[in-house]
Amino acid sequence: MSKTPAVKKLTGSLGERVASLPKPVKIGLWVAFAVLAYALPLLEPPFISPPGTDFGGVLFTVTIYCLVALGLNIVVGYAGLLDLGYVGFYAVGAYTAAILTTFHANWPLLLALPMAVLASTISGVLLGWPTLRVRGDYLAIVTLGFGEIIRLVAVNTEWLGASKGINDIARPPGKALFEIPHLNWESGVPLLDFNDTTKFIEFGVLDQIPYYWMGLTVVILVLFADRLIKDSRVGRAWEATREDEDAAELMGVPTFRFKLLAFATGAFIGGLAGALYASRQSFINPLSFLLLFSIMFLAAVVIGGQGNRWGVLVGAVVVAYLPERFREFTDFRVLVFGAALMALAIFRPEGLLPPRRTVRAKQSEAEIEALEEGAEGEETSRV
Amino acid sequence: MNFDFLFNNFAELTVTGLAFGAIYALIALGYTMVYGVLQLINFAHSEVFMYGTFAALWTTMLLVGDSSVSTMKGIGVLLLALVAAMAMSATIALVLERVAYRRLVKNNSPRLIALISAIGASFVLAELMGLRDRIAGWFGLEDDLQRYVAGARINRSMPNVLDNKQLFPIGDYQVTSIDVLVIVSAIVMMVVLDQFVRRSRLGRGIRATAQDPETAALMGVNSTRAVQMTFLLGGLMAGAAAFLYMLKIETTKFDVGFTLGVKAFTAAVLGGIGNLRGALVGGLILGVAENWGSALFGSEWRDVVAFVILVVILLFRPTGILGESLGKARA
Repeated sequence: MSKTPAVKKLTGSLGERVASLPKPVKIGLWVAFAVLAYALPLLEPPFISPPGTDFGGVLFTVTIYCLVALGLNIVVGYAGLLDLGYVGFYAVGAYTAAILTTFHANWPLLLALPMAVLASTISGVLLGWPTLRVRGDYLAIVTLGFGEIIRLVAVNTEWLGASKGINDIARPPGKALFEIPHLNWESGVPLLDFNDTTKFIEFGVLDQIPYYWMGLTVVILVLFADRLIKDSRVGRAWEATREDEDAAELMGVPTFRFKLLAFATGAFIGGLAGALYASRQSFINPLSFLLLFSIMFLAAVVIGGQGNRWGVLVGAVVVAYLPERFREFTDFRVLVFGAALMALAIFRPEGLLPPRRTVRAKQSEAEIEALEEGAEGEETSRV
Repeated sequence: MNFDFLFNNFAELTVTGLAFGAIYALIALGYTMVYGVLQLINFAHSEVFMYGTFAALWTTMLLVGDSSVSTMKGIGVLLLALVAAMAMSATIALVLERVAYRRLVKNNSPRLIALISAIGASFVLAELMGLRDRIAGWFGLEDDLQRYVAGARINRSMPNVLDNKQLFPIGDYQVTSIDVLVIVSAIVMMVVLDQFVRRSRLGRGIRATAQDPETAALMGVNSTRAVQMTFLLGGLMAGAAAFLYMLKIETTKFDVGFTLGVKAFTAAVLGGIGNLRGALVGGLILGVAENWGSALFGSEWRDVVAFVILVVILLFRPTGILGESLGKARA
């Protein structure tokens, strides 16, 4: 469904107005936004904060989905490769971190993290090298197979903990410097609650908020990196490959190499997300890496608006946060979620926040159409 | 690796593998036809199959109850169950086309978004079945329908209608009547469908739409009808597969479709997606190879074997074994 002109005008002018602000003001706005994001679990605003569950934990899940969505967006949105087994990279990252920090090696997490990312990147290259020559939809099923193979190998290998999984994964190092009080909204007005505090910054068992901060920081770093890559030669090469592979090849873009690079970059971010997830969770088993998660990740990218980094973040929030917020539906959660996916797909086929290029292309198409119709109208009136 | 086990049970593994493969092949037809016409992965086809298994289950429960029946009546019951399963699956497939796809196809939406819509539809369909006791409760029906809606989230098994007779031996293995029934009827269905798509007027319309929708429309093919027919045929085949599955496996559950759907889609890709005969070849190869592989490496590696075969075949033959598209099938 298209937006009504009034709404379009409002959002359009808002975007333009922000874009036309002087640079220091824009930076100020972004910083304010980031500070708000960091403070969110401390504010515990009513209605937004899900009842009955730990808000910090939910927000951490949201950041992991954001991270994964950003990674998958590079593969699906920028390079146009359909990946149905993204959870495989996530699993490789998580398992590498788990193995290296537990009984097999006992490394500290900060040492294991780069190894986990390296392992998943290598797995991305190894998977991509033979399979990226395969065309479009076949790639989807090959990647789906890869994701399932990774999970089944984990289920069947004693060394990887089989179906029990791996316990006692190292947590990030931290030191409690000071305590930050939460807000309490019970009386209707926000009050500082000094009984309910978060230690800055200690990665404990109960309080999930420090993990959220860690996740958010990584998301912001990845966002910067994403912006740099997208606007570089690499990003343009990806777009050219996505739009028309043969034309890109003729223009001198080594498409295979760039597709491989997209795959590896996606795997890098997926592995990073997996490792962070493993360290928060402190235990993992193959049930955390079902095919369903690949599908949820893809849903986040597509309903948010593939190719637009802010769009996929919105998609990730929708996919990760809404089911947690509406926990009171319990048994009907999946049903409602499925219906929501369908409704979004049918009524917003470009995603919630389509990339600016798509919007522009649509607009110019509509203009051309209007011109053509107008010309016809003139002719008929002349007759 | 357990070569002895593989060689000692070679006949049994092959025959049961063929039976599974025949079921995969019938489900794969739905994926392959929709892909051939619309170029989209009909993710919700697994649920079309799942509803068919329940239709077969409920029909036999309704007609047989707990008592045992004579052979003649048993055959009648099974035929009715087959019809019910096919009708149910075809209905679900048509509804799916109407609700989840038609608008997207008409607006020429990106194919990925159709995939998301299909995933949503798949969740909705599976959960509706998994919550059937609760839904019956809203209407105050849960007592009347107790037998049918109870145990909504666990395995339900089919009453035993026909004795599984041992027919003739191949090697050490006694081939049973169900094995023969499953394999033969699957192949018959496939041949009928293949001939229908090749020779009938509607089949020609489907093939024309698959080749070039615009030109087909200009030549007077109603493309909406052709798409509907595709879903209808896919649904009918999934219903038949569901019936055969209930004969062979005898239990079903609201999420039974997912794994089978992935396998069937794998079979479709293996044979060459968009290709009807490819679905048969892919299904049978997948079923047999899976059985051999699980004998060789242990049954827990069954699915790994299936996916490794898929990856390997696609590497050497990137368009599947037969690799033809639906549109290019000879008239």
